[in-house]
Amino acid sequence: MQVLVNGEAHSLESPMGLAALLQQLGYSGEAFAVAINGGFVARSQYSDTQVNDGDCLDIVAPVVGG
Amino acid sequence: MSDLLQLYGEAFNSRLLIGTALYPSPAIMRESVRASSSEIITLSLRRQNPAQQKDNVFWDYIRESGCQLLPNTAGCKSAREAVELAKMSQEIFQTDWIKLEVIGDDYNLQPDLFGLVEAARELVQLGFKVLPYCTDDLVLCRKLLDVGCEVLMPWGAPIGTGQGLLNKYNLQTLRERLSDVPLIIDAGIGAPSQAAEALEMGFDAVLLNTAIAKAQEPVLMAHAFKLAVESGRASFNAGLMLKCQTASPSTPTLDMPFWQQAENLSQE
Repeated sequence: MQVLVNGEAHSLESPMGLAALLQQLGYSGEAFAVAINGGFVARSQYSDTQVNDGDCLDIVAPVVGG
Repeated sequence: MSDLLQLYGEAFNSRLLIGTALYPSPAIMRESVRASSSEIITLSLRRQNPAQQKDNVFWDYIRESGCQLLPNTAGCKSAREAVELAKMSQEIFQTDWIKLEVIGDDYNLQPDLFGLVEAARELVQLGFKVLPYCTDDLVLCRKLLDVGCEVLMPWGAPIGTGQGLLNKYNLQTLRERLSDVPLIIDAGIGAPSQAAEALEMGFDAVLLNTAIAKAQEPVLMAHAFKLAVESGRASFNAGLMLKCQTASPSTPTLDMPFWQQAENLSQE
């Protein structure tokens, strides 16, 4: 199955938990936030959220802004 | 005399809010924030991969600043995008303040008024303290107040243009009709004189970014804006004189010497 992470395709063997995927991708700390298919997923929900085939993830972090 | 800026129950000494983008370097950004004496700074969220995450000097500086963070929803083109990005901001920045932007036109970055009201309504219901970037339209501003915004941020001119206060009639109308609402001029300010003018007109504060970040010397320009905003506010509190079409001498005319000679000369 395939998922899009910040616009880039990633192949996964099977649906997996969001917490595990984030760890696999190398995200750590608390300076990032996640949306799946355009909807915010709270940090407290990571371990209860499954990532499925075709999901689009946005993982954002602080940047400069006006 | 205490003259604090009150926004959502918080009090601030500075009436200058500044953005953190477009500086030549993070270090110059940090120095500019300090020189401006701003207590509220804007920032944003963008996609980031783990490799970028490890070296985010910007974020380190921001956390050290001690400023009230005002995350924006810049670039969002629908109410839904803005609401979801606001939730992400709340989690990362640990604040319920949000500079709400819903952009309706790519060319002049004009707010989508309908999407803005829709997003503001939803975010207020979720407990956010919404500071909407809006136009100078009175009816729009009233709708934003109706859905629960307690602060409004009308534009002076489109973002990044440095054109100053383009529609003073509308802005003056907003100031007069919404006399109890904190109004912050957001966007379009290009020079300290324009910021001073906004404060002289009675606007509570100004928010700007490009005018400082793109100056030849950003840190010095940040200082210049600090002075201008303080000057403008003091002018407003002092009360400007009324404009007049005809001249009137400021030096006394009574007991002016020579006037009889001039009269005699004209009679000869």
